[in-house]
Amino acid sequence: MPIRTINNKPVDFDAEGFMTNHLDWDTEIAKVLAAEEGVPALTDRHMLVINFMRKEFAEKGDGPSMRRLTKESGVPTKELYELFPGGPAKKSAKIAGIKKPHGCI
Amino acid sequence: MSSSDKIKKVSIIVSKGSLDGVYPGLIMANGARMEGIEANLFFTFFGLYAVLKEYQDKIKIATVGNPAMRVPDAKGFALPTILGALPGMSAFATKMMMKEMDKLDIPPVGEFVEMISDAGGHLYACKATVDMFHLSKDDFVPQMEKVLTVGDFYELAAGGQIIFT
Repeated sequence: MPIRTINNKPVDFDAEGFMTNHLDWDTEIAKVLAAEEGVPALTDRHMLVINFMRKEFAEKGDGPSMRRLTKESGVPTKELYELFPGGPAKKSAKIAGIKKPHGCI
Repeated sequence: MSSSDKIKKVSIIVSKGSLDGVYPGLIMANGARMEGIEANLFFTFFGLYAVLKEYQDKIKIATVGNPAMRVPDAKGFALPTILGALPGMSAFATKMMMKEMDKLDIPPVGEFVEMISDAGGHLYACKATVDMFHLSKDDFVPQMEKVLTVGDFYELAAGGQIIFT
């Protein structure tokens, strides 16, 4: 699915549904993507994770590992799995508008 | 890939107690949870050391009987068995490797076991080994949920993939 229109804005995605340009992202897009990923509402805790993902991506060009996400975002592993059921690293990356993370951990 | 082709559950048997015996199973179990796949870990024989409180962070790489072992790194020279047998060699090699693993965010065994459990993975110990090693529930980390017979394990693994490491 390449270009989709979200809130009257064209947004480019890769074949797996990750945004290709994180700079096109805004919180309105995040809400739409979250709903599609089975996250009905974005709470402050969700946003804490999403903003951390975006910061990491901007600095390092890749999303963080689960270990760093847990340690540095301050959101424990258990809660991460509750916030983003079925895979916190990938799901939060998708909603945060960054590319698919590459680490194994 | 249609959704019916997707793996939904893995049950991973960890049977070896060396660093390279324990980590692949842990990495695969954690990776499974990251993909939303149900994950069970079944520790048997020396693999049990990964969930033994006093020993899980003392797991070492084998520098003897490991013909693939090279120093100082993966493309270095093959370590002769007789040198690998020197006191402290295994500890040293382990330290070097853990340093590299830390750079990749691969945690020490204790932390990794906790992480997998927090991620919703399940950890079990093999009854035959527990009896053979004269162990009790107190010897294990709290993340080890239950001691299982082989039959229990198969029941639990039903409908999923079984991976032996």
